[in-house]
Amino acid sequence: MKAGSNIERLFDKGEFVVTGEIGPPMSSNPSSIQEHARHLKGFADAFNLTDNQTAIVRMSSLASSVICLQEGVEPIMQMTCRDRNRIAMQSDLLGASALGVRNLLCLSGDHQTFGNQAESKNVYDLDSIQQLMMLRRMRDESKVWGDTDIKEAPRVYLGAAANPFADPFEFRVTRLAKKVKAGADFIQTQAIFDMERFERYMKEARSRGLHEEVHIMAGVVPLKSLGAARYMKNKVSGMIVPDQLIDRMKGAEDPKEEGISICVEQIHHLLTIEGVHGVHIMPVAWEKKLPEIVERAGLLPRPVL
Amino acid sequence: MIIGEQKTLKEIMDNLSGHGSILVAGCRSCVAICLAGGEKEVGVLSEALRIHSDLEGLNWTVGEVTLERQCEKEWVREIAPLVAEVDCVLSLACGVGAQTVQELFPDTRVVPGLNTSNMGAPEEQGLWNEKCGGCGDCVLHLTGGVCPIARCAKSLLNGPCGGSQEGRCEVDPDTPCAWDQIYQSLKRLDRLKLMEDVIPPKSWIPSRSGGPRRIMREDALLTEDEKRAKEGLE
Repeated sequence: MKAGSNIERLFDKGEFVVTGEIGPPMSSNPSSIQEHARHLKGFADAFNLTDNQTAIVRMSSLASSVICLQEGVEPIMQMTCRDRNRIAMQSDLLGASALGVRNLLCLSGDHQTFGNQAESKNVYDLDSIQQLMMLRRMRDESKVWGDTDIKEAPRVYLGAAANPFADPFEFRVTRLAKKVKAGADFIQTQAIFDMERFERYMKEARSRGLHEEVHIMAGVVPLKSLGAARYMKNKVSGMIVPDQLIDRMKGAEDPKEEGISICVEQIHHLLTIEGVHGVHIMPVAWEKKLPEIVERAGLLPRPVL
Repeated sequence: MIIGEQKTLKEIMDNLSGHGSILVAGCRSCVAICLAGGEKEVGVLSEALRIHSDLEGLNWTVGEVTLERQCEKEWVREIAPLVAEVDCVLSLACGVGAQTVQELFPDTRVVPGLNTSNMGAPEEQGLWNEKCGGCGDCVLHLTGGVCPIARCAKSLLNGPCGGSQEGRCEVDPDTPCAWDQIYQSLKRLDRLKLMEDVIPPKSWIPSRSGGPRRIMREDALLTEDEKRAKEGLE
């Protein structure tokens, strides 16, 4: 056991793991996280707390994670390379571990020019693969990067993101392999709409044996409207939304209901793919729908260990 | 100008491993002035490579050429016949020159022989100091003609930090404190009042924060016809 987090124990037992996501508020008021945590508790095994997603200033992922812990919900703290150098990253991990955060997701982060601090100087002292190397070393070797000993190593289960839909496609599995080599215990993928491409990606991952070295969680996003589908197709880089899904949303009498149905179908499909050990549901600003998705996908009740 | 220094001989040799015919390409501009990659350095390094090849029985062929400027395509095109004869170019230009050569000869590997360091100036014989951070938003009018972005270790914009002592930087006592220099300069220029203004957070957009920078002068761009005519003249 590396960290003893809920999702680590579930993966170890061979359970199909479900994670969700809670976006921290653009405010110092903790109530929205508390409400989401209470409402979503029991419908997923852990929840990502995003780190200033789309480079918009929000409550810190560390503070938001601790608020989740106070509500009895397991957090996955996200940490981007955009805003902190290796000193801050290591310091934040020590602090997070001390406060009981047991999962951490390593990310490059969205570029700051997409957010509300476009004029800022970014950091990117490390990339997400180097970040994994460094944080794993802290956990497994009790060393701060360099060679200083840590008296009590942080206990953390390390995650990384993967995008099977960015280019060049041939390199995507190699990059996954590098993340595994650098220390990823679990992977959450970018939202999957193009199942055919994801199947090819998983086939390649399996041929390298990666599905046995790391727990791959397939990412899904429920489509809220035709506009949202088009936006993701046209404006979100590294995302492929097939025309057939756009057409389905276009023809739907109740687009919201159709979006949820598509998401549930996707999860059923993902459950059949060898090497997929879980699903990561990202109901962007639609957190309240997560219980319905999980229930209709037949993933309830969540196992309690 | 761009300041660079040669990589160690060992690193250069290691990076050339696997190649048999090498063209050592120098540049007569910035890197010649900072004694890192001009004609003289090309000669010395080429000879060192030949000796290494003889000692190790590597059978390398080592050619030499020094361009007027390795960052400009017009000059780089001229060495096409030489590049065609080799399987590797060892560029002694700055990173810009090395990339220009690679762009023009995409099928031949270009290996850098220098480490490109900064934008600076020769201070005295054998000494070069960084002067400009290339931030794309010059503040020299506010700082007495001394750049705090490049010359202050923390790139501070509102005066010296608490580590400044007797005009020296806390990071290295051999380095003058940029803000001490700014203060002295503004005093001489009778503009010390500028030190009292609070400079707000800077926009880093024209600097390193938006990917590679591009400057385009619409009025200077050639039309397709003009480009063809120019090629014809060449």
